[in-house]
Amino acid sequence: MNKFLFAPGHTACAGCGQSLAARLVIDASGPNTIVANNTGCLEVFSTKYPESAWEVPWIHSLFENASAVASGVEAALIYLGKKDGVNVIAQGGDGGTADIGLQALSGMLERGHDILYVCYDNEAYMNTGVQRSGLTPFSSNTSTSPIGSASLGNIRPKKPMPEIARAHGIPYVATASTAFIPDLQRKVKKAVSIKGPKYIQIHVPCPLGWRHDSSLTTQVAKLAVETGLYPLFEYENGALSAQRKIKPLPVEEYLKTQGRFKHLLNNPEQVKLIQAIADNNIARYNLKIEAENSA
Amino acid sequence: MFGPLVVKSGSSKKNKTGSWRVELKPKFLQKDCIGCKLCVLVCPEGCVEGAEKNTYHCDYSYCKGCGDCALICPKKDILMIKEGEKE
Amino acid sequence: MKEFLEGSRAVAEAVKLCKPGVISAYPITPQTHIVEELAQFVADGALNSQFVNVESEHSAASVVLGSTATGVRSYTATSSQGLFYMAEVVFNIAGMRLPVVMTCANRAISAPINIWNDQQDSVSLRDAGWIQLYAEDNQEVVDLHLMAYRLGEDKSVMLPVMVCMDGFILTHGIETVDMPTQEQADKFLPPYHALYKLDVDNPMTLGPLADPDYYIETRYAIQETHKHVLTLLPKITAEFSKVFGRTYNGLIEEYRVKDAERVIVAMGSVCGTVKDVVDELRDKGKKVGLLKIVSYRPFPAQQIYEALKAIPKVGVLDKAVSLGSFAPLSAEIKAVFFGKKKKPEVISSFVAGLGGRDITKNSVREMFSMLTAKERSEFIDLKPELLKDTYE
Repeated sequence: MNKFLFAPGHTACAGCGQSLAARLVIDASGPNTIVANNTGCLEVFSTKYPESAWEVPWIHSLFENASAVASGVEAALIYLGKKDGVNVIAQGGDGGTADIGLQALSGMLERGHDILYVCYDNEAYMNTGVQRSGLTPFSSNTSTSPIGSASLGNIRPKKPMPEIARAHGIPYVATASTAFIPDLQRKVKKAVSIKGPKYIQIHVPCPLGWRHDSSLTTQVAKLAVETGLYPLFEYENGALSAQRKIKPLPVEEYLKTQGRFKHLLNNPEQVKLIQAIADNNIARYNLKIEAENSA
Repeated sequence: MFGPLVVKSGSSKKNKTGSWRVELKPKFLQKDCIGCKLCVLVCPEGCVEGAEKNTYHCDYSYCKGCGDCALICPKKDILMIKEGEKE
Repeated sequence: MKEFLEGSRAVAEAVKLCKPGVISAYPITPQTHIVEELAQFVADGALNSQFVNVESEHSAASVVLGSTATGVRSYTATSSQGLFYMAEVVFNIAGMRLPVVMTCANRAISAPINIWNDQQDSVSLRDAGWIQLYAEDNQEVVDLHLMAYRLGEDKSVMLPVMVCMDGFILTHGIETVDMPTQEQADKFLPPYHALYKLDVDNPMTLGPLADPDYYIETRYAIQETHKHVLTLLPKITAEFSKVFGRTYNGLIEEYRVKDAERVIVAMGSVCGTVKDVVDELRDKGKKVGLLKIVSYRPFPAQQIYEALKAIPKVGVLDKAVSLGSFAPLSAEIKAVFFGKKKKPEVISSFVAGLGGRDITKNSVREMFSMLTAKERSEFIDLKPELLKDTYE
């Protein structure tokens, strides 16, 4: 049997991007890691008494306070003289990070704790039934931003959480995707080797909430990156240090794979607005692969 | 006196989620495999394992039949077959 | 050694003697001086502790939850709105059986906003599973903090403890306190050894989801542990007495109750005022007494029964009210006697001191005079001119 630090037998949906990412993150960080987890899908499907998928010390308290609980863990380790060689990770979903958990996260980042915060971004409150969060993309169909005769879904774009993290002046911010596994694990390993607060946001497809087949998890995540809708980049000490360059595909390629965007397929005007978001990302993060220079 | 409080690490292993499968399961052909390990990495259950080329297989007692491994294999060496069929 | 100092400073010195490894708090009047004093101790190198300045009370409680879960003794303090903001974490800490110690500098609850003393804040969280101890004066405040860690960290308890002290009255009152020495504190309070903790050398999962098949037993276990605390706390005060020379019952204090005809029941600093009036009335030949409740949770029903069963007239003084129903302490005192053959003839309820309205010796005299054969339910020292039918 594999010696992963996140064991099978958890009750995530088949094809769940978050369960995949959770295992990749903890394996990259290693056994000398303590995890504080917010309430959400990951916490519920991995620790239903009396079963836990975690092979590292792990604690869950409430929906919004993993950052603060982790701050306490880190402070305790420093007091004990045991912080060196032990990674502390605080993690949660998009809702627990960008909405209800934003205050605690901001406080943790501002105080400069040596903690890696990981946001598993499946773009809605999935655990409670696919409700709209601050990281739900523009025009997404969720249960609290549903489509109807008077609505084309969520009316707001994603809250720029990586930028908010970067604005706190922390040493490392990165986005990642389950479609690019070695890149994800490299970023986690890099983050835990840096002292100070770090923020990594991982795009994790949710077959149930996004309405796609469970086998397409990697495919869908890849298209998000390749259209420019989910840019992969790293900020080191506030400066953009790397990005995954792409030959941009039109956003339709991504939107047509998921039921939550189905209503857009015969609405070119709305798709143009989404294309503008992608184009904005491509420009801002310098994502476009440069054309070959002629000799 | 204590009630339910602390959970043993890794105790989820006793929950055999393979019982969830109703439609499809992966068949590892072990024919054209190049040992890239993508199937091991991508499995959300972490139940695909192997050592060198053509040794990769999954633990059916945990496999939920999502099909991610079959789709990601660059050599199409994993097929999704009907649950009732023999691997 | 005897010191003449502000209550907040006394708390800080008591906490310093307990050597917490992590302190985290958010400022709120009237708790502020406690935490400022502790910050100064840390800044001067007099206390080796990680001092975490958080962005809200919710996070303050979460930080000490995390640090206690990592096996390090921790401390926080708050009042009123702060206690309510951290309320879900407070329930969480008890449910997770983590022996945090918190000082609650009792203060009234908004709205309207009011920074002065009453006990609505801690009394409103009586269901959370925390042990709640109420101090009469700053000596008791100091002593209760030492006992709090000793009690909460006991392997047969593993519960958080809230030491409640009346805001401004005790926090900002300057009294003489016999401050223990570090040697005495070390003798009485051993280092914290967690039964379960976050440790990479022995990984475990804390804070799981407990579905209907598992939840209710966690509550029952805490309930049974509180019953155990009723027998353990007097044993701990006996140990305390041996080391520090001061004697406490631990659960209640009977002041001239033995042959009393009228007794007032109360918690906190008002007990000092009531004792003064008791002495004054006793000098005039009136048979009156005070029953002071120290341990509100666990509720010492048996001790209260024994103390009051032969007392004809009892008045319960609440510095809190359950709006729409009875004053909390009075309801619990009455519940002690339901179905009992021996009980007071009358148990009256007095709500007083809300929002910091002074409870003077005159107020107490009035309460004693209201203890007649007729059961009363009164707000003391109310100003009728402020009550109208219109809102203007």
